[in-house]
Amino acid sequence: MSGIKTILSPIKIGRRSFLKAAAVTGSIAALGACGSKADRDAFFQKNFRDMSKDEIARVIERLEKDYSETYGRPFSVSTAGPLPETNFGYALDISRCIGCRRCVYGCVEENNQSRDPQVHWIQVLEMEKEKGVDFLHSNLYYDHDEVPHEGHFYLPVACQQCRNAPCVKACPVDATWAEEDGIIVVDYDWCIGCRSCMAACPYGARHFNWGKVTIPEGEVNPASHYLGNRPRIKGVVEKCTFCIQRVREGLYPKCVEVCPVGARKFGNLLDKDGEIRYILENKRVLVLREELNTQPKFFYFYG
Amino acid sequence: MNFIRFIKESVHIVIHGSRKYYAWLAFLLVLIIWGAVGYIAQLNNGLLVTNMRDNISWAFYIGNFTFLVGVAAAAIMLVIPAYVYNWKPIKEVVIFGELLAISAIIMCMLFVLVDIGNPLRLWHIIPLIGKVNIPSSLLAWDSVVLTLYFILNLVVVTYLLYKQYHRKEYNKSVLTPLVLLSIPLAIGIHTVTAFLFNGFAGRPYWNSALLAPKFLASAFCSGPAVLIILFQILKKTTTFEIKDEAIWKIAELMAYAMFINLFFFGSEVFKEIYSNTEHLVHLKYVFMGVKGNNDIVLYGWLSIIFSVVAFLLFLIPATRKNVITLNIGAVLIWFGVFMEKGITLITPGFTPDVLGQIYIYRPSMTEIRVSVAIFAIGFLIFTLLTKIAIAIVYENFNIDTLGGRRK
Repeated sequence: MSGIKTILSPIKIGRRSFLKAAAVTGSIAALGACGSKADRDAFFQKNFRDMSKDEIARVIERLEKDYSETYGRPFSVSTAGPLPETNFGYALDISRCIGCRRCVYGCVEENNQSRDPQVHWIQVLEMEKEKGVDFLHSNLYYDHDEVPHEGHFYLPVACQQCRNAPCVKACPVDATWAEEDGIIVVDYDWCIGCRSCMAACPYGARHFNWGKVTIPEGEVNPASHYLGNRPRIKGVVEKCTFCIQRVREGLYPKCVEVCPVGARKFGNLLDKDGEIRYILENKRVLVLREELNTQPKFFYFYG
Repeated sequence: MNFIRFIKESVHIVIHGSRKYYAWLAFLLVLIIWGAVGYIAQLNNGLLVTNMRDNISWAFYIGNFTFLVGVAAAAIMLVIPAYVYNWKPIKEVVIFGELLAISAIIMCMLFVLVDIGNPLRLWHIIPLIGKVNIPSSLLAWDSVVLTLYFILNLVVVTYLLYKQYHRKEYNKSVLTPLVLLSIPLAIGIHTVTAFLFNGFAGRPYWNSALLAPKFLASAFCSGPAVLIILFQILKKTTTFEIKDEAIWKIAELMAYAMFINLFFFGSEVFKEIYSNTEHLVHLKYVFMGVKGNNDIVLYGWLSIIFSVVAFLLFLIPATRKNVITLNIGAVLIWFGVFMEKGITLITPGFTPDVLGQIYIYRPSMTEIRVSVAIFAIGFLIFTLLTKIAIAIVYENFNIDTLGGRRK
């Protein structure tokens, strides 16, 4: 019980925080008795979009300290907002992709995905040329000595950054939303891990941390973003963010950079002279599952 | 003050009983501890100890949840005829239907709790305190209607028992609106739960307008099936009274509900087979297997066979009124609906997954242990509540006696 008192006493208790405190007394009894102040702060942390600038600053300070200690190196957690006049789009040239999966592993390293259990934000599907884009006859687990395999082509699938995103609708606690620049993000500290979004997503783009996240020492990427590649904990959902930590700094997503055949194109849809607009206006373009009206900003084209 | 006394004496009733009663409680406690240890391991290691993965992100826990929402909704099965048509024989036993609803909802909530990756953050879903995504999120709606339904049933039952404890008639102007409200809410919890799956356009197996009606029809079967068996057990082991007429009536209503359920099922099968689109693959997975994976086929067929046989047993007056065939029918319905909701509804929706990949799921030992424990908790709560209710309704436990001590 003393744990509860120490939580409440230093804070001015408003109605909201009082309710909050009252509602969670049960869990505090366990948490408050043994947890540190940082644990309690983490427990009471608000949804990212409801935090004031000061609150965000405190959270970032705690997170950076936490990650630095865990991974034994200086860590930065950015909260850089969307760039003005920006709506990101992506285009992938199906005829160029050779199925080498460099994008998959480039993404894992850039975005601090768990290595064991493995989390991959990009799934590369091998499809039969005879059948065309046909998911039921595709193979995610192909394992050839050499790619591309004869008679096959490859279709990498990650978050399609839908304008009409079923996952955002499904989340019961508003832990995921579309940013101004069109990137669908997750607040990993607010996600309760119910996995509604995963059932809702028609692209299998959302991934759950079934176990403890493990990243080998030395492989962690310390340049992180709160809504992007900062290390996650077990029990939360994560997904591709177009490398939010990079693209808001004017860099390309990692997958674009590592693709050896230049199949991946990225840019600002509002930029009339940009590459993405050129592709949309001049190439044969398709989106996946058009009939579901998800309105992806991830386009596939034949170059 | 009287209420505290009521509570105290109820506790007294609950902790005193026959040897059989204690043995039953001990048995449930063992199961609960067995499962709780499994759950602690799950908390420590994450949901990795289940066999759910990204391809099949909801499975046995959510299947049980869905099944039990149906059981919880069953209270209306008895409430409607009792209060709307004022059909006396059923009216006496409505209270047990509501106790069942309370226990089932607690189980539902526990199944959601154990399925969640971050249970400590569950407060995020509490209105005003957390941040609830209403009206968009069906899961948010579900948590609201389930909570309301739970509170409503708890209030109604407590009120009824408390009044009777005081040897007073209940106040109709208080009770009737509450009971009437519980009817749409019961339909509501099941409809919203169906919509939770129904609303996913990317999952064709669930994206059928018949899902909610089918949920309701099957709930009208599974819930009362429990009650039919329970009433007979209570009749044998306690002073609980129920007329055979009431049980037969319930069984008859179940037959109609099962017919509607089977008809809906047939309509879906026709649509899928005749149109023969890619979406047929999910149904194929349940009844034939896909690419040699036929783990679930047995349950698919058993659920249909059980349901059809039970329908016939309850339709024919002679078998409905025969104690043996009546009970066989009730057990068949319970397992038929359990297999349909718990096993052949959730995972086939994910098999194959949205990218066409097949992951074969079987519940892990942890999932089975935790699920068994939750059922044990439900039965425990139901046992305790029923014991109090019987003491008050049939054994003359009231304000003037001293609970179980009067003897």
